[in-house]
Amino acid sequence: MSKQVIIDITVPNQTKYLGMVGRIGESIAYSLKGYLGNRRELAYHLNLVLTEALANAICHANNSDPDKEVRVTITASDRDLIIRVFDHGQGFDLETLSQKKAQSCDEGGRGIQIIHKLMDQVRYIRKEDGNVLEITKSLN
Amino acid sequence: MQLNMTEQGDIVIIGVEEERMDAHNSGDLKEKMLQLFDEGKCNLVIDLSKVRFIDSSGLGALVSGFKNASAREGSLKLCSLQPQVRSMFELTRLHRVFEIFSTQEEASASYQA
Repeated sequence: MSKQVIIDITVPNQTKYLGMVGRIGESIAYSLKGYLGNRRELAYHLNLVLTEALANAICHANNSDPDKEVRVTITASDRDLIIRVFDHGQGFDLETLSQKKAQSCDEGGRGIQIIHKLMDQVRYIRKEDGNVLEITKSLN
Repeated sequence: MQLNMTEQGDIVIIGVEEERMDAHNSGDLKEKMLQLFDEGKCNLVIDLSKVRFIDSSGLGALVSGFKNASAREGSLKLCSLQPQVRSMFELTRLHRVFEIFSTQEEASASYQA
């Protein structure tokens, strides 16, 4: 049976924590056993995806309220890596953000698209007690 | 955000002295560029040699500077991108928007050409 590693982080709803969470993603990429791909690239991508997902929760879903918190879990197995970002805010419409293509000179709107390009599956699940952005990366 | 500013004639070179450009600090660069535009300084070179990581907010700040410089008949050029930062411009196709140079000297010289 393959072993699973679960990392559970809760940080204040403030952008100064982006770097810290991103670097945890990098460390995970370097510690995955049996990963045969480009680890340096995976490390950068995990840093980036965690940064984008967390910034999205902080600034959009939680409306930049510094008194709120954001919880991130990272579940790594031999098969895949699942990032979940939980928010308790107004949420956002993943479909609309995913379909809206940033034009070359748009200043914003690239975050969710970057996540889609680098990862294999992106879902936003709305629940009564909060919302979850779930991002899956296959490691095979 | 730590920024190192140098003026060369009518060109302002901004060295970003940070390892990360993200949603936490990119607003500072955007603000500094707007201040320069207000002072009539519209030809910028952004030196990214120290930047190892850039996210969509960092890219957005550069696009903002590019648009504002162009609207004032100036220009914003980039230089000294680390490979992973360069790959972000390619992923988002922004390498087609910006003029990107290997060195600060080449970027500055392009304004004289």
